[in-house]
Amino acid sequence: MLQQLGQLPMGWLLIALIAVFGSAAFFLGRTRAERLLETSIGRMHSRPNYHGYYVAMCTVVPVLLIAVAYAIFADDLTRSQLTRELPSSFDRLSAPELQSYLDSVRMAAGTAASSGADRVFQAITNRYLELRGFVNAATLVLLGALAAIGIFWSQSRLRPDFRARALVENGMQLVLFLCAGVAIATTAGIVFSLLYESLLFFQKVSAWDFLTGTRWNAQTNAEFGALPLFFGTFMIALIAMLVAAPIGLFSAIFLSEYASPKARGWIKPVLEILAGIPTVVYGFFALLVVAPAVRQLAIWINELIIQVGLSSEPVLAAQPTSALAAGLVMGIMVIPFVSSLSDDVINAVPQTLRDAAYALGATKSETVKQVVVPAALPGIIAALLLAVSRAIGETMIVVMAAGKSARISMDPTSDLTTITVQIVSLMTGETGFDDPKTLSAFALGLVLFAVTLAFNVVALRVVKKYREKYD
Amino acid sequence: MDTSQGMSPVVDNNLTLPPIADAAAAPRIDCRNIKVFYGETQAIHDVSMSFPDRAVTALIGPSGCGKSTFLRCLNRMNDTIENCRVEGQILMDGENINDADVDPVLLRSRVGMVFQKPNPFPKSIYDNIAYGPRIHGLANGREDLDAIVEKSLRRAGLWDEVKDRLMAPGTGLSGGQQQRLCIARAIAVQPEVILMDEPCSALDPIATARIEELIDELRNRYCIVIVTHSMQQAARVSQRTAFFHLGNLVELGDTSQIFTNPREKRTEDYITGRFG
Repeated sequence: MLQQLGQLPMGWLLIALIAVFGSAAFFLGRTRAERLLETSIGRMHSRPNYHGYYVAMCTVVPVLLIAVAYAIFADDLTRSQLTRELPSSFDRLSAPELQSYLDSVRMAAGTAASSGADRVFQAITNRYLELRGFVNAATLVLLGALAAIGIFWSQSRLRPDFRARALVENGMQLVLFLCAGVAIATTAGIVFSLLYESLLFFQKVSAWDFLTGTRWNAQTNAEFGALPLFFGTFMIALIAMLVAAPIGLFSAIFLSEYASPKARGWIKPVLEILAGIPTVVYGFFALLVVAPAVRQLAIWINELIIQVGLSSEPVLAAQPTSALAAGLVMGIMVIPFVSSLSDDVINAVPQTLRDAAYALGATKSETVKQVVVPAALPGIIAALLLAVSRAIGETMIVVMAAGKSARISMDPTSDLTTITVQIVSLMTGETGFDDPKTLSAFALGLVLFAVTLAFNVVALRVVKKYREKYD
Repeated sequence: MDTSQGMSPVVDNNLTLPPIADAAAAPRIDCRNIKVFYGETQAIHDVSMSFPDRAVTALIGPSGCGKSTFLRCLNRMNDTIENCRVEGQILMDGENINDADVDPVLLRSRVGMVFQKPNPFPKSIYDNIAYGPRIHGLANGREDLDAIVEKSLRRAGLWDEVKDRLMAPGTGLSGGQQQRLCIARAIAVQPEVILMDEPCSALDPIATARIEELIDELRNRYCIVIVTHSMQQAARVSQRTAFFHLGNLVELGDTSQIFTNPREKRTEDYITGRFG
């Protein structure tokens, strides 16, 4: 009996029960309220539906809590009881071995009796099913009892002047708050895990060496000097901004000041399509088109320099993947961030300022250069900062087109590596979570997070200050 | 005339005036058959009028009657508005400013403009004034520019209030001071005509009185055209008044005549408050 209970598909059952209890409670509550409406003198405070929602709420919430608790604790509870009952011969197993043994027990329990296994395994599986059955039964009983209490207690509160509507409103508010809370809690959890794992890493490798060391060779030699990675990230972001800042800003000025409404109507969406292209597509564009072109150009420049006689050796590295290729493509990727945000802030500059300049006899470009852009400057700077933070965190393009050598080189045609590239290569493949190699990825992630967060915070503050000025 | 004691009474104003007839003889601006269209809609119907030099002409009329649109024809500010079209001749020194070969940029350095809402640039007080002279190359060196800034601020009656903080942002001044800053900014490019589009509508009565005093002083040097919603203001500051209604020029005459003895029924109805 207990063994059969142990095989119940509890997930589906719980969902079905919640639905059944919830709708039953709703109809009971509403029916009762409708009866009250017939017998009561004067108006009810709330419509019958709200009484129904209220009863359903009082029923579903405790049931839901039990279901969540079951999902989190049921397996652990069963396992710990089973471990306690295991014969002493199991004591010599290490913790991971025991875990994997219990995992196979659980698997066998799930697929009904497995023939051909040894008797001890069979017995343990049966015991697991019994224990699990007990937990399942207890859960169902508790759930039924709570649902019944919920229905009867909440129904007994229904009166003509009962403020069901207000209570349901509060309930909705709570649900919305919890949803927002999930996002915040997740962010906090990510930050916490980044900090925690980074601290573990910094116990093995000194933070100073990590931040200032110039040799990075995490995969093989356990050398964790991250400076070349910071340099690579900085270099590629710089190249990207050299592309994106002028093109983005000038296109924003064109769109907001010069383009006719018709031209603006199709140019702006087309520019924003750039933001919708998956970065991996940019990545192979960088790898297959831009990187070879950059290499060709570098080779040509090398030959030119040698012919002219400025040098007898090739000056540029001209490697198949290069910082320049990745930076150029990344720059194109962030153009829409710069242009779209700058366009917004330039549009927010009051027309009266432009009129004032025109009325003084300023030409259009004088007005733009000396009045509109200076007035929009804080917002433009914020747009650039957001674009930088986007470029620093960008992964796919650099993974594909920037290369993997951690070095500090001012030559943009040599391959460089970035923080994000290293995190990808450290976290893919076989990894153990106590290995400094893996932990270093968290430390890199922490640095990345801190830098992009700082950029975003500064940018948002600047934007906010600027908004206040003109509203 | 005593201008230090707040607003000058209307009577006083008219007493000190030179006869209007000689102003009409030498108009600073002469408009002939002006029509303005926004797309298909006609905003101004065939308006002909002239503006005398060294006098204030007020344009009055109910909202939407086209007086601001007409004002903006005089320095071709309507060029900056999408699908706005101006027809007719506007003669300044015998030259039609609507001619295709007239550079609106140069025209606007001769015809300054002050707007409804004070709109100082988000720059320092000094740079606000110096902006125009700089783009037109009116100053030879820093000292010259300093002199222009001081002279303009003095003429706008703002010098004593701001002389110790010329490098402070212009947006930090009070509304009335900002508007006088804007007037100083317009004066700094040495215009011949100053257009004012409801310059006091965003100001309190005290700031308004200062601006009106200022307009009265500026009358000695410039041809001033002012659009106003306040008939009292028109009566106080102007020597000539034009009444616009539904895009038509209904009546034009000496201010005293318009306000005491209007020829047209519509003018009388408007100034006695029967509509508008």
